[in-house]
Amino acid sequence: MRKRAINKDYYGGALMILFGLGAVFDGFSYGVGSLRHMGSGFFPAAIGALLALVGVMTAIEGLGRKSAAVGQDASPEWRGWLCILGGIVAFIVLGEYTGLLPATFAIVFISALGDRKNSVKVAAILALSMCVVAVIVFWWALQLQFPLLQWGAR
Amino acid sequence: MTMIDKSLTDLLYGFSVAFQPHNLVWSIFGVVAGNLIGVLPGLGALAAISILLPLTYTMAPVAAILMLAGIFYGSMYGGAIGAILLNLPVHSPHAVTCLDGYPLTKNGRGGAALGVAMIASFFAASVGILVMVFFSPLLVEVAFKFGPTEVFSIMLLGLLAGSTMAKGSAVKGVAMTLLGLLLGIAGTDVDTGMTRFTFGLLPLDDGVDLVALCMGLFGVGEFLLSVNRMAVVGSGLKMRLRDMRPSKEELKKSFFPMLRGTAVGTFFGVLPGTGPTITTFVAYALERKVSKTPERFGHGAIEGVASPEAASHSKTQVDFIPTMTLGIPGDAVMALILGALLIQGIQPGPQLIIAHPDIFWGLIASFWVGNLLLVLLNVPLIGLWVKLLQVPYKYLFPSALFFIAVGCYSTQNSLFQVGEVLVFGIVGAILIYLEFSVAPILLGYVLGPMVEENFRRALLISHGDMMVFIHRPISAWFLGACAALILVQVAAFIIKKRRRPRPDGETPANRRMHFMDNET
Repeated sequence: MRKRAINKDYYGGALMILFGLGAVFDGFSYGVGSLRHMGSGFFPAAIGALLALVGVMTAIEGLGRKSAAVGQDASPEWRGWLCILGGIVAFIVLGEYTGLLPATFAIVFISALGDRKNSVKVAAILALSMCVVAVIVFWWALQLQFPLLQWGAR
Repeated sequence: MTMIDKSLTDLLYGFSVAFQPHNLVWSIFGVVAGNLIGVLPGLGALAAISILLPLTYTMAPVAAILMLAGIFYGSMYGGAIGAILLNLPVHSPHAVTCLDGYPLTKNGRGGAALGVAMIASFFAASVGILVMVFFSPLLVEVAFKFGPTEVFSIMLLGLLAGSTMAKGSAVKGVAMTLLGLLLGIAGTDVDTGMTRFTFGLLPLDDGVDLVALCMGLFGVGEFLLSVNRMAVVGSGLKMRLRDMRPSKEELKKSFFPMLRGTAVGTFFGVLPGTGPTITTFVAYALERKVSKTPERFGHGAIEGVASPEAASHSKTQVDFIPTMTLGIPGDAVMALILGALLIQGIQPGPQLIIAHPDIFWGLIASFWVGNLLLVLLNVPLIGLWVKLLQVPYKYLFPSALFFIAVGCYSTQNSLFQVGEVLVFGIVGAILIYLEFSVAPILLGYVLGPMVEENFRRALLISHGDMMVFIHRPISAWFLGACAALILVQVAAFIIKKRRRPRPDGETPANRRMHFMDNET
């Protein structure tokens, strides 16, 4: 699968400029004050300005540079990404509404499915064994304040 | 003379603290847990410490810090095992150990290489501890003369060194440090009570959560990039106790490399901001230069194992000096330990030795106990570690993800922290993909509030005169060092540009390291 090479330094630099300018903008809204009596916004604005500057330098450094190390970022790994992120989201939602056990099962089960070499059965076994760990280690031994099972928002 | 006497008395006191049953148990737990997690592929010291950090919130400060330190050097021992036996740089400082360690394994001397690595590690750690015992009080005396002006300048130097001497592009390292500083000051401004960068989210008023930030960047971010890409590691490897005894010849060959490695590690440990990776590389390069038979390197020279391993361990110990006495962490792991101290309500700095002698001297003494324990532990358990190394990634990351989620929840008993992990995971993955090294973010994050506070105070005292940083001599020296550092980087950049085309064709081992680089 052929990929269009992107210049990572351009994108990285642009991202830093974006973050930097955002911080400068925000900093001014907090009040900059003077050198003698700095407002809350002085430091963030100064750091933000520096960050934007460094962002420009990053892009300059990348001038004429071909995107390096193409081998390591082959094709996008949507299945893995979605499963890992989806697992965490499921943990938050299920943790809020149904308790620790369903949340534990969900995060392990869903993220395990992100690996192509895992079958549904393997993922389920792994998830169940983590549920046992959750009960023994976190609920019983460490007395974590997290109900095992419940219904509705806390 | 009296100074040395005093240090020795204090050290004895430290041993009495470290041997209190409660402290000893936690220290042992930390060492074992660190060793275990360090062996597991894909999880280094940073991941190990952040996963176990929430545990410390309810512990006494001394026990907490002994445990965290134990995790740190325990995971270093674990890392060497993967590097030597499976050519797997579990974490980047050990990448260079692979170069000769793995060929030794292929030649059937892997056990001996491990043995040498352990002897070198223990020796180097002991030297590092001694340096810490006698050097720290001296540094403290100097540090007491520091006002906010000096503290700001030295922090600036630490940040700059940390970001430019880490791996990859120096400019990008600086960008990450700045990003970290911004993250660090998010939340309520202690001077004015104003909330900054909270986007109206109330839980952010207390600032970004340290554990969530770490686990997002170094845990989730790493998983996102390695899922379905982590190679299956070799199997069928057997290791027995008697294989681990190096021959007399091998011991003799590794003696001087061990000494040189220790010296390199100690030197880089005192310099703030130099990562362990660069230390091991310098040690290896030096060994190759000194050797009469440099062609043996890369094909299983035992010197190539002894020297970098010694360097990384003496550095690990010496690294604690600036962290504990000046409150300035040398690298990301130290930043994390500093953050843990702050959570315990302990401010590292020159006052630490006097205000909390139990922590300082207890920590030093526990280093010895822990290192001795690691040697004793690793010899009989090596077979188990080898099995652990073969735990497939497909089981490992879902389980680790669960520990991350629960661990973050437990810091505040709130699911908001888990959401933070999600966000930082995505951000971390994007940044790593764009070839930023994310470790300096942590450095900036921990130092952010302190840098701002000292900057403010220094200018308040000088009535807004920026020249104060140059007029005060100690501060001027630090700023001069900063300028020198920048000049060196600029010069290196120009030389590199002239020598086009840029050598981007990295070797596979190199590339993998770049990929796994998050604990420079």
